[in-house]
Amino acid sequence: MKLNLALAQINTKLGDVEANLAKHLDYIQQAKAEKADLLIFPELSLTGYVLQDLVASVAHKPTEDDPIFKHLLKASNDMDLVVGFVDEDSRHRFFIASAYLSGGKTLHVHHKVYLPTYGLFDEGRFFAWGDQVRAFDTRFGRMGLLICEDFWHASPPYLLWLDGADLMLFSSASPGRGLNDKEKLESARWVERVTKAYASMFTSFVAHCNRVGYEDGLHFGGGATVFDPNGEELAHGPYNLEAITYAQLDLNQLRRTRARLPLLRDERTNLTLSELQRILQK
Amino acid sequence: MNTNLDINTELAREILVGFIKSEVTRVGFSRAVLGLSGGLDSALSCALAVSALGKENVLAVRMPYKLSNQNSLDHAQLLIDQLGVQTKTIEITEMVEPLFKLDADTSNLRKGNIMARQRMIVLYDQSEAFKGLVIGTSNKTEILLGYSTMYGDSASAMNPLGDLYKTQIRQLARAMHIPAPILDKAPSADLWADQTDEKELGFTYEEVDQLLYLLIDQRYSLQEAQDAGFDEKFVKTVAARIQRNQFKRMLPPIAKVSNRTIGYDFLYLRDWGT
Repeated sequence: MKLNLALAQINTKLGDVEANLAKHLDYIQQAKAEKADLLIFPELSLTGYVLQDLVASVAHKPTEDDPIFKHLLKASNDMDLVVGFVDEDSRHRFFIASAYLSGGKTLHVHHKVYLPTYGLFDEGRFFAWGDQVRAFDTRFGRMGLLICEDFWHASPPYLLWLDGADLMLFSSASPGRGLNDKEKLESARWVERVTKAYASMFTSFVAHCNRVGYEDGLHFGGGATVFDPNGEELAHGPYNLEAITYAQLDLNQLRRTRARLPLLRDERTNLTLSELQRILQK
Repeated sequence: MNTNLDINTELAREILVGFIKSEVTRVGFSRAVLGLSGGLDSALSCALAVSALGKENVLAVRMPYKLSNQNSLDHAQLLIDQLGVQTKTIEITEMVEPLFKLDADTSNLRKGNIMARQRMIVLYDQSEAFKGLVIGTSNKTEILLGYSTMYGDSASAMNPLGDLYKTQIRQLARAMHIPAPILDKAPSADLWADQTDEKELGFTYEEVDQLLYLLIDQRYSLQEAQDAGFDEKFVKTVAARIQRNQFKRMLPPIAKVSNRTIGYDFLYLRDWGT
């Protein structure tokens, strides 16, 4: 089975959800012309990243009666979508969220579980922490969503793997930092290294979509990537430009790789669990 | 100890050009204005602005004082000719002299501050006349050391250079083919005869950039910087300058009395809505 994956590394207008929605719909049309099955947008793609006191005013619910999501859900009849937004729960907690939309329905919503609140980041001041890492079934197999800092930690990808995700979809609004004499920024090299490592260690497909543009001097570099279960790069988007990057995933590669390299079969989850229990009881 | 300040100049150029383009155009402008002193920082800012906006959309303003070094004007002209930017020369002598004459004891420092602020006034006036945003020229070294005039040369609408140390500015300027006389001369504010930055500061940019890189970027403690080979007095002098000049890097504090105060809990980026 083949999956035509598309990654839309867009720029966003800070706090202008309607303008960002219009851009989403435009990119969906472009990807439709290229026969994409699944189109992934970056973290907070409907809102922009450094929201601060804008958080409450840009929040939406991924439901048919929402004025923004009704358009995206309709568009998801043509292709599956992953979009980034601010989710507000029924008790008015605000989450950095990604929604997987397919066939007019919201299949899954992930709330970011690691909110960086250090250095140039201040997410914990403005957002509630997600408390679930769950894989979910799609028409292309079982997948998992993570958002930026979630996959700077090793445990969320590991949990998705054990929960059955064969395709991990990562989205970011990752401010580039660490200019030195190397070809790429330190932060970009770090993300590409770990993303490739997850694909290799979990013998899974890993796709990463990072936004582009600037917010008050923060610079977002793009550079979308897709790795196959052998850790080989299938596609690499440009840096610093809005673009759609396409990759055709041969899902049978999962079987061939895991027949050769049975890391999943041999993973000793009970050992992990018992040792974790011992460590936490210390 | 890593004190390698080498940068990938092509990547730096790409990010900074994109920054200028983004910050200017997202608020509906297409043009920029900057003061061209004949020195390295403003030359680099000008070259970056031209790459971002096109030569016809950049106004480089020379603002000499009667005692300014002729080299400053000539070097600025070299860059103007090379880049083909829009240009104006507005002498500030007759603007600042009346203020100097009010007090016979006006020190060089006061005169320097007055000239820097007068240039800011001219630049912001040209900003309105040319419908262009003012591009800053302050680098990370001078911002950290507070080696600037508040509301003078530090005033701008955006600053593409503020996260690059002076030695990195040199690398990028060389890569962007800034004329050799500008690259090679000793950095100077040219506020009085024979003034150079390094003479006035008491150390070279080469030395202080290495130390600043460890203290700021690599988060070394003062003791760790000394253990890495920097002289104790030098480390303490630089650390004291960084602390003493924090006020120059901030907006003035607002006394908080209400439930929501600008700057504390009324938090929006400048790029809000764009």
